[in-house]
Amino acid sequence: MGSLFENMQSVPLNHYIWFCAIIFTIGVVGVLTRRNAIVIFMSVELMLNAVNLLLAAFSVHHNDPSGQVFVFFIMALAAAEVAVGLSIIVMVYRNTQSIDINVLNRLKW
Amino acid sequence: MGTSVFYFVATLSVIFALMVVFAKNPIHSVLYLILTFFTFTVHYVLLNAQFLAVVNFIVYMGAIMVLFLFVLMLLNLNKENEPNKSALLKIIGIVAGGCLVVTLIGSLKSVAITSPLVLKNPSLGLVENLGKELFGPFMLPFELSSLLLLSAMVGAVLLTKKEEKANG
Repeated sequence: MGSLFENMQSVPLNHYIWFCAIIFTIGVVGVLTRRNAIVIFMSVELMLNAVNLLLAAFSVHHNDPSGQVFVFFIMALAAAEVAVGLSIIVMVYRNTQSIDINVLNRLKW
Repeated sequence: MGTSVFYFVATLSVIFALMVVFAKNPIHSVLYLILTFFTFTVHYVLLNAQFLAVVNFIVYMGAIMVLFLFVLMLLNLNKENEPNKSALLKIIGIVAGGCLVVTLIGSLKSVAITSPLVLKNPSLGLVENLGKELFGPFMLPFELSSLLLLSAMVGAVLLTKKEEKANG
């Protein structure tokens, strides 16, 4: 494991930022272009993961373990969020027989 | 070998993330999401954040993916009733995403940190080090997160429970 990291020493932090920006943007595009509520949920997970990886990279950059503790908390939060969100989707499906989020526009009135 | 592992895995994660968004069948989306999470686990290992790699593996690829697959199978969706946005909205979404990534990368160019990532303390991401941090300065948030998980569990059960009398 140590030797594996030795090989990583020359990746600039910049490239981590670019990579995470790209993954985050893919998540945003997923939220914007899909209508299936579950796929939108997965795109949100992608965004959370991009931020997690960036936090871990900066924690290594600053030699500060707090960043990795934050990632741990975000993972706990993501687990709770998925449980509640999916149960809301199940309830929506039970009431409308579809998981198309456009059906939910009647929540406006 | 050098840094090629990082670039290879990064390319793989970008491809799989794109497949998640653009796959027609939601089941395929979930399966590609599992692959994306696996590549993220590899990224954590490359950063020598072994604790996070294990937690990512267990929580994301274990718990969250099972939840997604379970709900997807439960709802019995198939390709025919898969809702689709109009082509115009899709193009607008993709253009907006392109603008976002250009803005992010362009604005971060001025604060570019080109110095290579160096691990000063090899035990930074190990369980021992993180455990001391978690049960030291982060004791209160750690206990609060247990409350959060408990309330999420109660909430999930309460939300999915069938109402016995609709107008009761």
